[in-house]
Amino acid sequence: MNGNWRTWVLVLLGIAVVIAAIYLPVLRRRVKVTAKVPQPTEEQARRELTQAVSQSPLDPVVKARMFWMSSEDESALAPVAIDLALSKDPVLRAKQTLNTLLAGPVDSDLRTLPPDAALLAFYLLPDGTAVADFSEALATSTPSGIQSEQLAVNSIARTLEANVPQVKRLKILIHGQELDTLAGHVDLTQMFIVDSKAAQQGALSLDLPVRTTIPAAMAPANSASASQRR
Amino acid sequence: MHISNGLLTRIVFLSSVIALLASAPFFVSNAKSPRQSTAAPAATTQQPFAPITTPPYPTIQVPPQRTALNMVVLDPAHGGTDPGARGAQGIRESDLVLDLAAQVRRALEAQGFQVLQTRSGNENPSFDDRSTLANAQRGAVFVTLHISSTGLPGTVRVYSIPESNAASAVAGILSWNHAQAPFATLSRKFADAVQGQLAQRFKGSPSNSQTASIRQLRTTAAPAIAVELCSVSVQDRTGLDRMMPAAGDAIARGVVAFRPSYVLPGEAGPHP
Repeated sequence: MNGNWRTWVLVLLGIAVVIAAIYLPVLRRRVKVTAKVPQPTEEQARRELTQAVSQSPLDPVVKARMFWMSSEDESALAPVAIDLALSKDPVLRAKQTLNTLLAGPVDSDLRTLPPDAALLAFYLLPDGTAVADFSEALATSTPSGIQSEQLAVNSIARTLEANVPQVKRLKILIHGQELDTLAGHVDLTQMFIVDSKAAQQGALSLDLPVRTTIPAAMAPANSASASQRR
Repeated sequence: MHISNGLLTRIVFLSSVIALLASAPFFVSNAKSPRQSTAAPAATTQQPFAPITTPPYPTIQVPPQRTALNMVVLDPAHGGTDPGARGAQGIRESDLVLDLAAQVRRALEAQGFQVLQTRSGNENPSFDDRSTLANAQRGAVFVTLHISSTGLPGTVRVYSIPESNAASAVAGILSWNHAQAPFATLSRKFADAVQGQLAQRFKGSPSNSQTASIRQLRTTAAPAIAVELCSVSVQDRTGLDRMMPAAGDAIARGVVAFRPSYVLPGEAGPHP
């Protein structure tokens, strides 16, 4: 009995050694393959957490360019390229892009838009006129000042310009309403030129406002009236 | 019947003279007939009260009167219920810009400029009210004064509205909403002149002015700029108070430097 037991133990150990000999190279290969797969960066991980619900798994992943504050000059913008699944539909694409811009960069000191601001609606007319309707926090939480307000508007306009070529002009609404200024300085009664090519060809500089009439139907009907502020 | 040669000659000569005299009225009437033929229809169509045409008065080319820059409208921004940017320990932009305006005013008056202010107390005129004061003046420039929330403390930036080809303005009509459009180029020169002076005083400030879509400037029909000191984010206002006399002096020097370029739209040529 004792002899049989020892024999069985030795046989089992032998089988285990054979299985291990076969499995170990497979395991090593798997480890190598896993090591080669790029680990998601902190930026990518953040993107996944803050991604808009409108994103579809069918959207192709592209290198999107976001314009946040430059780390070297806080009065300037700098493009940051990130992998982002963007729809081919310009309206969805613009929403995805602006939601990513609102989520902000990893370094929160470089954000250009307040963290509590949200995009409520986005419309695009056939002539390239876009209307972006933001929550009231964009107006109330953006630091008051010419530099900070212009930086906020430019970051929106330049990010749209880089990622949604169909957008030529931009009108910014706050909670469905037209405000006189963003936070006391920058003019929101006008349009911002988004398409820099059009600006160079003729007509208007990048941030020159152009007065146009927005169809009344475009503003959300049940929006609360935002207070006019300087 | 014999007629002598001499008599025949006389008869022929006299006949010719008589024929010429008899036909003279015919030639004369033919010579006058074109005028009469044109005058006659004119007389038939002439109106009973046709205007009397008089020769135009000789025109005298008077050289256009060029407006000289002699006034500065200062606009301490915000005020009243609008404090503007707010910093630590209760620093309010609306209070600081009043002190800054006092310094700028002192420096400008020392240079011989007349100075108007859109507000001198804690009130808050509307954008249009402030523009109205500036637009009612002749030979004036407009300077709106601000303190920022952000930016490198101790620096100063000067802004003008982006230049355009005035596509948004209807030809010949200066819209209130686009009153700044014809002055945009001049405003840019003005902003550069002031920024150049400020950059010499405040290290870290840009050497050239910038453009921004500033609401206050859009309705101002004069060379107009915004000056923004950085910033209310300082621990206390001592540093900002120290900046103000130098900023006032630099702005006044910028206005003086800009004065030769002050040629309003429609007035040709630079001032000597």
